[in-house]
Amino acid sequence: MYWNQPIETMNRTELTAVQTNRLRDTVERVYRQVPFYRSRMQAAGLLPEDVTSVEAIARLPFTTKQDMRDNYPYGLFAVPLAEIVRIHASSGTTGKPTVVGYTKRDLGIWAEVMARTLTAAGASRQSFIQVAYGYGLFTGGLGVHYGAELIGASVIPVSSGNTTRQIMLMKDFGTTLLACTPSYALYIAETLREMGIEPKDLALKAGVFGAEPWSERMRKEIEGRLSIKAIDIYGLSEIIGPGVASECECQDGLHINEDHFFPEIINPQTGETLPDGEKGELVLTTITKEGMPMIRYRTRDLTVLSRKQCACGRTLVRMGKVLGRSDDMLIIRGVNVFPSQVETVLLGLGETSPHYQLIVDREDNLDTLTVLVEVTEAMFSDEVRRLETLEHKIAATLNSVLGVSAKVRLVGPKSIERSEGKAKRVIDNRKL
Amino acid sequence: MIIKQISVFIENRPGTLAEVLGIFSAHGINIRALSVADTADFGILRLVVNEPDKVERILKDASLAVKTTPVLAMKISDQPGGLLKEVQKLTDAGINIEYVYAFAAAAADEARVVLKVDDLAKAEKVVNGEKVADGGEGPNFYW
Repeated sequence: MYWNQPIETMNRTELTAVQTNRLRDTVERVYRQVPFYRSRMQAAGLLPEDVTSVEAIARLPFTTKQDMRDNYPYGLFAVPLAEIVRIHASSGTTGKPTVVGYTKRDLGIWAEVMARTLTAAGASRQSFIQVAYGYGLFTGGLGVHYGAELIGASVIPVSSGNTTRQIMLMKDFGTTLLACTPSYALYIAETLREMGIEPKDLALKAGVFGAEPWSERMRKEIEGRLSIKAIDIYGLSEIIGPGVASECECQDGLHINEDHFFPEIINPQTGETLPDGEKGELVLTTITKEGMPMIRYRTRDLTVLSRKQCACGRTLVRMGKVLGRSDDMLIIRGVNVFPSQVETVLLGLGETSPHYQLIVDREDNLDTLTVLVEVTEAMFSDEVRRLETLEHKIAATLNSVLGVSAKVRLVGPKSIERSEGKAKRVIDNRKL
Repeated sequence: MIIKQISVFIENRPGTLAEVLGIFSAHGINIRALSVADTADFGILRLVVNEPDKVERILKDASLAVKTTPVLAMKISDQPGGLLKEVQKLTDAGINIEYVYAFAAAAADEARVVLKVDDLAKAEKVVNGEKVADGGEGPNFYW
């Protein structure tokens, strides 16, 4: 089943023509409207008319998360602020979030790509879609919500958390499709078992899971325990949110909605473009977005592209499941966490930051974050109470900066393993 | 008498106390008084030793988190009510005792305790009955 068959099954020649026109229009617009892009292009000796084909996109400079921070909050918007109808944000590395703005038309595009995603997962007007992604500044909740409404499905906007209530509603309202992070889906499955509810007592048929990396093994577990089809979806707020790419019923790669988001794979070290089938960093360019177009945004996600015909009939290019990151970003319970954020918090304690280490585990299918902090002389006290207060203070600050709760454990000086004098910052024990 | 107490941060995992004690043993340091305050994750080892400055240096060289704190050491009579008598004086003077622990050994009918209080100078005066402490700091006190 397709949501937009002409586009989703368009032949390559036609699709390239659509992409070329849209790319040229986007480059023209950002050059005119966004001083940041104009000066970057001028520095590279480029004029909008130099980008005549999709291949020529490789001549354009990359955009990074740092560029978004440098232009906080509205510096990369390409329309007058009055045209912006929605603002979302994701947690930032230094306390400042990454901000994105949407025009009315952008929200329409977002609903369209999410409608394609949900339809590919088997949703229709008859579906009851339970949105257990967080609503708010995070794009997950509202992204799925608008797509589901566009289809005409019945939306149950529960948002995240309160698992027993999620399950009660799922059972009583006859939810057919669940949208949440894959780890939360497993947690729900676990809670179902504890409550003595069998999958056959539910109407659940499918789930769209994303916002964090997950493996085939985890998919098998979710599918087995909930007795559903688990569909991987991909997106990031910088580009639009969920809806950038999603699997079809074949579950063999995620179709990128490339009539809106133009993908490339590059070598993360050299920046050179890699051919289909080679693993590298995914770079995305929005070719229809008005509010905040993104030119060659470095997602830091590692994957491969395949243009082989998919059995579902869609011609849209497929990306493999995300295989990792080209930076040190961690995704914990769907929230982006950079080790440097922890460093910033610890720096706030004194003149120098103590050595620290992040330990990520998965207990009962939920990610846990423990931050080990080496006790420095300045921090140490002979009173237990003071050290405990310090632990709580660090934990509370981390919680507000990271947007995810962390347990803080003080450890002895030099007890964190060093390699070449530098402490190993992250130990990820999650078996994905 | 006001003496220097050494506190050492120890992680709450098997072997950490032995590691610290090993350092003491290797340097021939005799522990005069000791207490351990602990939580689920870590503990604080508090010690009284003969040469606190030297011991502090040794422990720091061994990469331990160390802090010296002035505390009150006092003699009490080793019989029921002995400690209460002194503590009552401090309480009457409105001094808050944060923690207290005993020396490892003492002369026959005498005990010695270490107290961490919020107003050290005042506490010392109260205990000594407004007299200035005699002898000052020195190895004699610790035998």
